Amino acid sequence: MSTPRKQVILGAYLGGVNHHTAWWHPDAGSQIDFGSFEHTARTAERGRFDFFFLAEGLALRERAGEIFDQDIIGRPDTFTVLASLAAVTENLGLAGTINATFNEPYELARRFASLDHLSGGRAAWNVVTSFDAFTGGNFRRGGFLDPAHRYVRAEETLNAVRALWDSWEADDLVADKESGRFLARPEAGAFAFHGAQFDISGRFTVPRSPQGRPVILQAGVSPQGRDFAAANADAIFSPYGGLPEAAEFYRDIKARAVAAGRAAEDIKILPSASFVLGDTEAEALEKYHTVRNEQVTGQTALILLEQIWNRDLSGYDPEGPVPDIDPDPDAAPIIQGRAFLHQDRFATVRRLREVAEAKKLTLREVVIDQFERGPLVGTPARVAEQIDTFVQDNGSDGFILGSHLVPWGLDEFVDKVVPLLQDRGILRAEYTGSTLRDNLGLRNAYSRADQAEVSSGLA
Amino acid sequence: MAPKIHLGVALDGAGRHPAAWREPNSRPAELFSPRYWTDLAVTAQRGLLDFLTVDDSLAVPGDRHAPADGALDRVRARIDAQLIAARLAPVTRHIGLVPTVTTTHTEPFHVSTSIATLDHTSRGRAGWQVRVSGTAEEAAHFGRRPLRELTTAELAEVRTTGTFPGFVHDRFDEAADAVEVVRRLWDSWEDDAEIRDVATRRFIDRAKLHRIDFEGRYFSVRGPSITPRPPQGQPVVTALAHAPLIYEFAARSADLVFITPTGEGSLAAILGQVAEAAAQVGRVGERLRVYADLEVFLDTAAATGPQRLARLDDAAGVEYFSDALVFAGSADELADLLIDWSGQGIDGFRLRPGVAIDDLTAIADDLVPILQHRGVFRTAYPDGSLRALLGLPTTVPNRYATA
Ligand SMILES: Cc1cc2nc3c(=O)[nH]c(=O)nc-3n(C[C@H](O)[C@H](O)[C@H](O)COP(=O)(O)O)c2cc1C
Repeated sequence: MSTPRKQVILGAYLGGVNHHTAWWHPDAGSQIDFGSFEHTARTAERGRFDFFFLAEGLALRERAGEIFDQDIIGRPDTFTVLASLAAVTENLGLAGTINATFNEPYELARRFASLDHLSGGRAAWNVVTSFDAFTGGNFRRGGFLDPAHRYVRAEETLNAVRALWDSWEADDLVADKESGRFLARPEAGAFAFHGAQFDISGRFTVPRSPQGRPVILQAGVSPQGRDFAAANADAIFSPYGGLPEAAEFYRDIKARAVAAGRAAEDIKILPSASFVLGDTEAEALEKYHTVRNEQVTGQTALILLEQIWNRDLSGYDPEGPVPDIDPDPDAAPIIQGRAFLHQDRFATVRRLREVAEAKKLTLREVVIDQFERGPLVGTPARVAEQIDTFVQDNGSDGFILGSHLVPWGLDEFVDKVVPLLQDRGILRAEYTGSTLRDNLGLRNAYSRADQAEVSSGLA
Repeated sequence: MAPKIHLGVALDGAGRHPAAWREPNSRPAELFSPRYWTDLAVTAQRGLLDFLTVDDSLAVPGDRHAPADGALDRVRARIDAQLIAARLAPVTRHIGLVPTVTTTHTEPFHVSTSIATLDHTSRGRAGWQVRVSGTAEEAAHFGRRPLRELTTAELAEVRTTGTFPGFVHDRFDEAADAVEVVRRLWDSWEDDAEIRDVATRRFIDRAKLHRIDFEGRYFSVRGPSITPRPPQGQPVVTALAHAPLIYEFAARSADLVFITPTGEGSLAAILGQVAEAAAQVGRVGERLRVYADLEVFLDTAAATGPQRLARLDDAAGVEYFSDALVFAGSADELADLLIDWSGQGIDGFRLRPGVAIDDLTAIADDLVPILQHRGVFRTAYPDGSLRALLGLPTTVPNRYATA
């Protein structure tokens, strides 16, 4: 075959608030101490990963008004951790999930552009759109957005942020001591953005950052979310790590990107994935089953199902059958503060029942089986092959990897699988680019307006 | 003799003087790069200073109460101070990191988690200089509400009588609410909330997490925080103040206030006003620490302080004006002044380098050895948090703790 092999994009993800992290493991470290973040990021850099990734949550999750106490709880501020990580890494991208609903464009633009300066061009923004009044309770404006509105706000937020980033030209900063000229033109940083959500104007304080525009990621799977990503994002953090959904999602997003006037390769698809390695296939599989079994306790299984059913299921036996009642979409939410990814509750319930029946699984077993995002399990050679095949077959353009063991879990992957990926010629041996955008192989980010100008010969 | 003088430094771009960036040692093209800030922090830490503050606002830097202009010869740009501090945390070990973060437009929830996290990444060295964004210019960057500014007449009135119109009081009431929310969120996790009880599979004891349920005139915030209580419990809250209204705000909300005496005479008057403000708001518990801000242009090997200042004024085309006393002279003379003033009831000083690189270097390498020689400054960092360095109590009760 003459087509060059696709390079695998790798992100590392330190599991924050969740049930995926084996906090009870004797080797498990702090989820908060900076040392945990530093170790994971340094390890990812040693493995020549593209970026380090942080998720976000802006309220502690609750069930029926009580804070979860079984999952990991507590996370640091994303921007602060990433800026501190910029000091202990040199090439690794630093991707932060930051909500477009609970932040204003001026601050978003300022913080990401500052992070880009302070990291020498390694900043990325994962735009998410959680919206509910529960989270809004922690913020001044409270209440918050109608679900249908959240991508409207997100899109306008992103456009406003770009207008701010673009308010400085790369050569606006002269800083010439002799002539006494600091700025090239008095309007450097001047902006005005008028939209349905934002009517803002003034001066942006941050000179153009190394990437000009930090990399944009998106996480969200609704049709609106897909269109938003297809039009705007450089990469998608996707939940589909298993075929055939992954391939379907991949085709869908690339098609939407093309429909939005972009090239298919302008947007990368990166599913989240966990991994479990063993010296033999059998050992890896056994380890994987042990970890999954420990992760999904009876209570965790019930909570995951309660989110879909939106009913109190505490009376059900985790070792018994899947609940036989219908979900109650119209009741007040029983689980609060958790990203909800099931568009159609009834369809999800139907699928769970079918799987349980076909595979003869208990309630807890079906959760273990179904609530996993494309695990990579096996010997290092087998996992390297899985990754390669999945990417070459267009299941994705890479993965965002999280380990169940914080902070040491990634070491095993970097020590054992990374060299094999490098041998296969699908992962760099050394960093080549100086910015995240370079390392991701993204073309420079032009706005659609710029592209129109380029193609019509105006620029 | 026990060390007596507390010393911090205020970092602000290339330095306080508008022409600072043009000095031979200045690195104007690097003002937004990590190396520049790291070098400054390392110098400040070499000088064993208590803390560095990083100035910021949500407007383009310029003179106070002066409208944005089209000047091409001024540093009309800056990056986010809190992120600069975060970038400095892993490359410093002892010095306190105190970024300026404004409250008027920024969500207190975000301020709370970001300063708490800075305290986590710096292992107990975080502070916060609270700033109120009073300008219409900053409000227009957010477009959520118009903010009225002081008119020229009102400003003149403030300058003579020291009293502000009502809407300025409102801004500071709002800021006090914001600080209250931030502080409550810091306490919303008890220190030992994380239990990792394997037997019951409980990661936390949820009885040790608390809603803050703040309801105020301007906003309400539910809580608890998403971030566990910072190592210091309560990072150090500071404010810069020039008038009784702001002294009251500081007395209500801060641990430490920066004041701007222009001479020894005004020092006594300001200290009186600060004490009055504390009484006025009924401050109890820890006393408000008072630090005097001083602008410094020190003698260097190449030129004296006054010569340097004259050269800078020449380059800027205007005589330098500051809200604080401008000191130009030798490190010895400055040491005299610091020792003299510190006998007058202030707790410490924050020096503002006229030219960041040159004056900070002179502070660390000339002034500090003189103070050490005179026995009024530490010769090594003790272990511990910023609170410990400042002599604030290091055991901070949690307002929500039940047990
Ligand atoms: C893989 C993935 C990761 C996500 N991570 C976060 C996150 O860290 N924080 C958050 O607030 N929302 C997160 N979300 C939720 C999205 O922000 C979004 O609100 C949600 O998916 C609803 O949008 P949708 O209807 O387009 O899916 C994530 C979604 C996906 C698919």
